[in-house]
Amino acid sequence: MSAFSAIEEDREIERDEFTPGIEPQATWCPGCGDFGVLKALKQAMPEVGRNPDEVALFTGIGCSGKLNSYFESYGFHTIHGRSLPVARAAKLANPEIEVIAAGGDGDGYGIGGNHTIHTARENHDMTYIVFNNEIFGLTKGQTSPTSPKGHKSKTQPHGSAKSPIRPLSQQLNAGATYVARTAAVNPNQAKEIIAEAIEHDGFAHIDFLTQCPTWNKDAKHYVPYTDVQQSDEFEFDVTDRAEAAEMMRKTEERLYEGEVLTGRMYVDDSRPSYGQEKRSIGEMPEEPLAERYFDEDAEWERTYDNLLQHHK
Amino acid sequence: MTDNELIWRIAGGSGDGIDSTSQNFAKALMRSGLHVFTHRHYPSRIRGGHTYVEVRAKDEDVQSRGDGYNFLLALGDSFARNPQDEAYYGKEELKPLYENFDDLREGGVLLYDEGLLDEEDIEEIELEEAAAENGWHVVPMDLRGIAKEHGREIMRNTAGIGATAAILDIGTEEFEKLIEQNMAGDMQEANLAVLEDAYEAASELDVDHDIEVPEGSHDQEQVLLSGSNAISYGALDEGCRFISGYPMTPWTDVFTIMSQHLPEFGGISEQVEDEIAAASLALGASHMGVKAMSGSSGGGFALMSEPLGLAEMTETPVVLVEAMRAGPSTGMPTKPEQADLEHVLYTSQGDSARVVFAPANISECYTQTRAAFRIAYEYQIPAIVIYDQKIQGELRNLPASHFDEEPNADAGSVLTEDEIQDAAHHASGKFQRFLHEPEDGSNVSPRSVPGQKDGRYLATGNEHNPSGHISEDPDNRIAQMERRLNKLDDIRADLDENTSHQTYYGPENAENGVLVWGSQQDTVFEAVDRLNDNGHSVKALGVSDMAPYPVDEVSEWLESVDQALVVEMNATAQFRGLTQKEIGKYGDKMSSLLKYNGNPFEPAEIVDGFESSINGEDLAATNMTYLPTAGD
Ligand SMILES: Cc1ncc(C[n+]2csc(CCOP(=O)(O)OP(=O)(O)O)c2C)c(N)n1
Ligand code: SF4
Ligand SMILES: [Mg+2]
Repeated sequence: MSAFSAIEEDREIERDEFTPGIEPQATWCPGCGDFGVLKALKQAMPEVGRNPDEVALFTGIGCSGKLNSYFESYGFHTIHGRSLPVARAAKLANPEIEVIAAGGDGDGYGIGGNHTIHTARENHDMTYIVFNNEIFGLTKGQTSPTSPKGHKSKTQPHGSAKSPIRPLSQQLNAGATYVARTAAVNPNQAKEIIAEAIEHDGFAHIDFLTQCPTWNKDAKHYVPYTDVQQSDEFEFDVTDRAEAAEMMRKTEERLYEGEVLTGRMYVDDSRPSYGQEKRSIGEMPEEPLAERYFDEDAEWERTYDNLLQHHK
Repeated sequence: MTDNELIWRIAGGSGDGIDSTSQNFAKALMRSGLHVFTHRHYPSRIRGGHTYVEVRAKDEDVQSRGDGYNFLLALGDSFARNPQDEAYYGKEELKPLYENFDDLREGGVLLYDEGLLDEEDIEEIELEEAAAENGWHVVPMDLRGIAKEHGREIMRNTAGIGATAAILDIGTEEFEKLIEQNMAGDMQEANLAVLEDAYEAASELDVDHDIEVPEGSHDQEQVLLSGSNAISYGALDEGCRFISGYPMTPWTDVFTIMSQHLPEFGGISEQVEDEIAAASLALGASHMGVKAMSGSSGGGFALMSEPLGLAEMTETPVVLVEAMRAGPSTGMPTKPEQADLEHVLYTSQGDSARVVFAPANISECYTQTRAAFRIAYEYQIPAIVIYDQKIQGELRNLPASHFDEEPNADAGSVLTEDEIQDAAHHASGKFQRFLHEPEDGSNVSPRSVPGQKDGRYLATGNEHNPSGHISEDPDNRIAQMERRLNKLDDIRADLDENTSHQTYYGPENAENGVLVWGSQQDTVFEAVDRLNDNGHSVKALGVSDMAPYPVDEVSEWLESVDQALVVEMNATAQFRGLTQKEIGKYGDKMSSLLKYNGNPFEPAEIVDGFESSINGEDLAATNMTYLPTAGD
């Protein structure tokens, strides 16, 4: 019997369960794209059939990191850039838990970039949502790794001399097995993509365009947008790596030309997740490790019986 | 002069099997009934570069390296990159011979491999003259030749053991058993033949010397292990089943041992992209209810600073180990030092709330790592085990019964689902994870674990209210700060109720004292014996609890002595500073004996340092520094 009865529950899940009983006052500005992520995430949960007690949401620091405050589940609001390493260990410790990580573009593409690459490379079975507002929101509008070249801010008064990072291409190369871009202004698509990402058995990366009307003075609202799966202009096979790479490049470039392309960019259902790989070589227990600590009958190995003979 | 102890030094290149050979040598002596202790010295190059290990053996407990040594097995460096080239000075191949001249005691035996080191070179380094001057017994033998005859050149070390056994008249039985145990097939056969041949060849030489290897016996079965083994085994026995890390000398040893055994113990080991990730993963696993650890050495531990603070703020239990090496920065990667104490105590923003233990030896590595896990998980606080390069690698025998302890996998203050149903919840539905005043007057507010029904809460590095939500309310702030910090008083009281981690040594009513922490403790104890033999009246106190500091214990001890010499391996007297800060007095009693040249103290140095400090003599000509009292 599991010590975690929430995981065994089999029932209809209501969207409202993910709204805190007493909602804290929103710290997000009116019109902020972050509301769109929250809404889409809440809508996706009943579809994937997971209840608040079996979901663990790990966030970084930024306006985006406040997601935990408005989403009812187990939560861990970590430190700037470090949601992924905390989250992926949680998944290894208890693979039965639905693990979602989220944070800003500065958080995931800047300070935490190393983790973003390695977590994708390892293909942990989890969903990562990057709130990409092309700006540092919380610290009041400095240039971020996704800010367009030439973007002016208080810390780059003459405009950024750097080309922006290519988040989709980067994550494809790193090893993510599901890569998509969606936008706050497109709640339906966002919900579908989040649900797919959660159901995907591997690392699912969602670059989520979230407008920041307060600091991103170019005031992009990511409209109009094109869903590449709906458009005749973009015929490509999301399961084909080369075609996906081509599509991603286009998507990244057009964004800076004012055209917002969204949709699934890459899906690979064949690669085993990290947990599966690790179990297959005998480096991870079959039963969730977390369960063992609640099992009163568990037998715990001792070094005296198992290891000391080598030292005699 | 007759030495009633053997200090056998094996010197060679880093790829010459010095480690495994010395380990087997020590184990064989242990099995024959002696007490053993190893001291290793090695450079950071993988192959080539001179390395040595000393095995000290006596018929009574050995707690430290000795002063110098009395038997040298110089293999020469067969992996020297440019054996015949002049390095900084002298030929590389020869270094393992002449670099060891300094510490070889008068009348000692010097056995070298003339199969590798040729006659002309030996002449050049004036071995004969040095031997005459010091009364050394020089024994050239073609170890390489013997090895090649039966097997491969690499078996030179086995030949060296055989020759040593003959010269010291200790027999080859235990060595044979080890070869039979560790090897199979052709390898086993060849090594046995090499051992025998070398033994016979050396017997014929009839080397005359004054070293008498004592005979001894153990009344209990013994095991030989290192500090890294003991830390790892302590973690495993305390139910740790998750480790995450990134390699860095000398912490890598613990990481390796854990990684090798965790799969068979049903656990998980993760080598990750950097130490920020390493510490963060350990927090993630612990958050899910798993007993987890991470660790590093100086630079890597610096990267763990922010996750460490997050553990304090979110009250996520975790154990971190910090294996010190000489700093600052990359410093001297394979040399020991005790200069990360302040780093470990204070790194990360805000007021720190952590536990820090500094075990002094292998036995304490085991017990204090276990204590670190117990405290961390019961009190929901990070606990750090700080040790150094010296403890990490030294081997020492202990009774096996020391490890005959029940495992404890208790995850500490975690609620079951039934308990969560009865526990306090906020009107919003959130479980009250961070109560201002937990029941039973304790400062620990029990936690839930993701997946448990109705246990949802938010863990955040921001200041937070009882259900975990971000809050900057001043009253809440004070309540949460006080509760988190008060846990340290509870922990101090808890530790005081148990067997003390502090070690008292020497006559209780001695006039003067030596205060020490961590790896230098047992060396100090040996020095204290000698000082008392020399007519001084001295005792020692070895402190392991760095935080929360054992104020009462140390004050009482300081009160009882006239003067206290504080011995530590760093340049700024960090432990003495901590003691003075924590106790707030005795500044006029404490002076410091410091060493930071990359080598640990030898007992004779401490004797010297103590006597000089008493007599007001200058230490300028030594490797040590004296720092006088600061006044009160
Ligand atoms: C180690 C560290 N460096 C800097 C900060 C300050 N800081 C907080 S959030 C942030 C950037 C936020 O930008 P982003 O990640 O894009 O999130 P957004 O607010 O836009 O959602 C910075 C620099 C911090 N909290 N920690
Ligand atoms: S500053 Fe920008 S990102 Fe932050 S809440 Fe306001 S609108 Fe949203
Ligand atoms: Mg941003």
